[in-house]
Amino acid sequence: MKLFRRKPQPKPAPPRRSRPGLDARVPEGDPLTAWERRQAEYRLVSPANRRKMTVIVVGTGLAGAGAAAALGELGYNVECFTFHDAPRRAHSVAAQGGINAARAKKVDGDSISRFVTDTVRGGDFRGREADVVRLATESVRVIDHMQAIGAPFAREYGGQLATRSFGGVQVSRTYYTRGQTGQQLQIAGAQALLRQVERGTVNLHTRTEMLDLIVADGRAQGIVTRDLVTGELRTWTGHAVVLATGGYGSVYFHSTLAMNSNATATWRAHRRGAHFASPSFVQFHPTALPVSSHWQSKTILMSESLRNDGRIWVPKRADDERAPGDIPEDERDYYLERRYPAYGNLTPRDIASRAARTEIEAGRGVGPLKNSVYLDFRDAIARLGRDVIASRYGNLFDMYADVTGEDPYEVPMRIAPGAHFTMGGLWSDYDQMTSMPGLFVGGEAGNNYHGANRLGANSLLSACVDGWFTLPLAVPNYLADHAGQPVLSPDAPEAKAALKDVRRRTERFLRGGKTRPATFHRRLGEILYRGCGVSRDERGLNLALKEVRELREEFWRDVHVAGTGDRLNQELEKAGRVADFLELAELMVQDALARTESCGAHFREEFVLPDGEAQRDDERWCSVSAWETTESGRHVLHEEPLEFELVPLQVRNYK
Amino acid sequence: MRVELEIWRQASQTAKGAFERHVVDDATPEMSLMELLDRLNDQIVGQGDEAIQFESDCREGVCGACGVTVNDDPHGPVPNTPSCRQHLRSFGEVRKLRIEPLRSGAFPVIRDLVVDRSSLDRVIRAGGHVDVAAGTAPGADSLRIPYEEAELSLDFAACIGCGACVAACPNGSAHLFGGSKLAHLALIPHGEQERGRRAEAITETLDAEFGPCSTYGECVKVCPAGIPLSAVAAVHKERLRGVFRGRDN
Repeated sequence: MKLFRRKPQPKPAPPRRSRPGLDARVPEGDPLTAWERRQAEYRLVSPANRRKMTVIVVGTGLAGAGAAAALGELGYNVECFTFHDAPRRAHSVAAQGGINAARAKKVDGDSISRFVTDTVRGGDFRGREADVVRLATESVRVIDHMQAIGAPFAREYGGQLATRSFGGVQVSRTYYTRGQTGQQLQIAGAQALLRQVERGTVNLHTRTEMLDLIVADGRAQGIVTRDLVTGELRTWTGHAVVLATGGYGSVYFHSTLAMNSNATATWRAHRRGAHFASPSFVQFHPTALPVSSHWQSKTILMSESLRNDGRIWVPKRADDERAPGDIPEDERDYYLERRYPAYGNLTPRDIASRAARTEIEAGRGVGPLKNSVYLDFRDAIARLGRDVIASRYGNLFDMYADVTGEDPYEVPMRIAPGAHFTMGGLWSDYDQMTSMPGLFVGGEAGNNYHGANRLGANSLLSACVDGWFTLPLAVPNYLADHAGQPVLSPDAPEAKAALKDVRRRTERFLRGGKTRPATFHRRLGEILYRGCGVSRDERGLNLALKEVRELREEFWRDVHVAGTGDRLNQELEKAGRVADFLELAELMVQDALARTESCGAHFREEFVLPDGEAQRDDERWCSVSAWETTESGRHVLHEEPLEFELVPLQVRNYK
Repeated sequence: MRVELEIWRQASQTAKGAFERHVVDDATPEMSLMELLDRLNDQIVGQGDEAIQFESDCREGVCGACGVTVNDDPHGPVPNTPSCRQHLRSFGEVRKLRIEPLRSGAFPVIRDLVVDRSSLDRVIRAGGHVDVAAGTAPGADSLRIPYEEAELSLDFAACIGCGACVAACPNGSAHLFGGSKLAHLALIPHGEQERGRRAEAITETLDAEFGPCSTYGECVKVCPAGIPLSAVAAVHKERLRGVFRGRDN
């Protein structure tokens, strides 16, 4: 990576833009009271009419389980779907560090506006400020609710809730349950969902995967699913559809996501007309475990909370072969503390990842493949004692020891940036509705809060807020327009046509070829890490674009799915997911190519400030890129202009 | 390194299953059990056969999706560790592995190594929750919970729902699973109004779906979340508490 500004590059042809910009229907007036006013405007559905209305919720993570349970509680008929065998398995379960809330109970200067500033700035001014204010406002009661439905948050000795600090923030607003906050929130959410199943307000369909969206009269009115056990393809219809199906970081093959995490639901909805926003905004987590062998299936995440006590360093000398313990203090470079003295090891994730990438590319990487940096607890153990460190991070240390065979109490951990969270997702307006009427989105599947970089512990928050406190208010506002209308027939021509499309696709996978879907996935990941990873440039992106297209052609020529479609067939499931990744990847690269600036996690090497930091172009790109893909596969850019009233546009500075 | 495998293949719940022999020549010590199966599947599909179906998702040991029986041990030879976190380097000199589904009448085989564990969710569904509508919860700070109680509650709440306890139990009991939920919710003040009803609903479902507990303690030897044996005591304690009080709390 070049640390100075390059000569101006010839400008690529401007992408097709449609004017005027997309309207996110943000409430006018004082941003701090916008959410209160919007809630007062929302139309309602009478309790008697609610039971005549059906809402389809796809996904049972924090956002999906929350939305399904809350809508069920309100009296709607909810049909809820997950490809897992149980709602509790959704990947929210794997989040470790914590959930932010601007409760501002302590005298450390926290407040709603401080939260908004941190989040908007952390996202490098590419998220929607009004939505962030709502997130901050609702964060207060999310903690109350999640605690009440069963999440045993960590407590101080006095019995009050404990908090800790996370990256990109100088106050302590992260609530947690050891290193397993996501698990505890997820279990609480899943059991609240099962409570509604028991009460008969939610029908839960496990091992059932959404493969298409049904659009009729220009509105989302149903989905097509495959029963993963029997192979049955069928249609479901409702008055509205909520997608809470998570992010697409697993497009990179090696990622911190679960094996089954995929983009199919959101991508299929996109192909039916919902805009996809900022697909190239991908967060690389700085504290993932490095890839160290061919069959390693993922880059396991080590919680960011480790950076509270661990110090990140590399040897000052390139290709230093000494064991970490043999490298004396003055030959170590604690590069985050050196470059960002104000935030030190707690800089936001995009900056920490990029800094690690710089060190690794300069030959100072450590470990057998020289592809990682040290995260060292020596000083913290000396200061606090082993027991304190064990009580804070015990399960993370155990997991590290399991995976690597090394004892992190004795030798420093080795970490590396790994594909993690996707800030991009289906575009939605202030009411969480996508550009397709009747199609709502929640959690990581959406895009609105985090801009070009998400702060740690804000994803559990956004998923919980969407699920429990935004969608249950916003979806009924839409339903009010359709009260008294019958549900679309599952045999309506639009439903049958979508079903036919899915059937044709499934049959195509089973036609033969020689290469497993997983092999294509691995190759796609390599292309994306190289061309559309922690940093990007025009040449690399153009090459990636070509490679992705070639790989997709080869996939359809040569993919091999062993077995049949009429029973459990994980190869078939994988083939469908990889096919969609191959389309999404092209849009990611297109998006990265079109956005001629650096911002947050989108770091274009051509656009760099003299000190090596990202150079935003607010004149041209203070907007959300919302893409449409036409039937023929052409990508059309729509832009939502962004306005900042509470947090004035400024260059991010963590120094 | 070379690993010899015997793997259970079964086409469907009603089909008759059998062991199939395979050899992986290029296994490596850092491979997890799941990665070994990934490697093997690549080989099997390359030879024109169908991949072995097995479950795993997060591969970090927290989602509870994985779980196979290895040489008679639920999850594998390393105690208290889920299958996805069992690495070949920890198996000592053992190079022959017999891999089967989790074995329990409560977990019918769906295909190969995949079993149906929905019986566990039926326990939670019956009573493993708290009756609070969104937005109605009291301030989380207004209810003081002593540090030790919150930590103890979390010890029980850490259950990952993998079902290994049931597979390990000679009786096929799910008392460790059901008890962990009862103990978790009994230790936090919210929902104590439903405590008696919860105990009744959960214990009745445990009795209907699973075997009884004879306190063999096999479950705690395999539990990846380290749920303590006192969880099984919580089943009886909570039920009797409800019976003697004769009311919800």
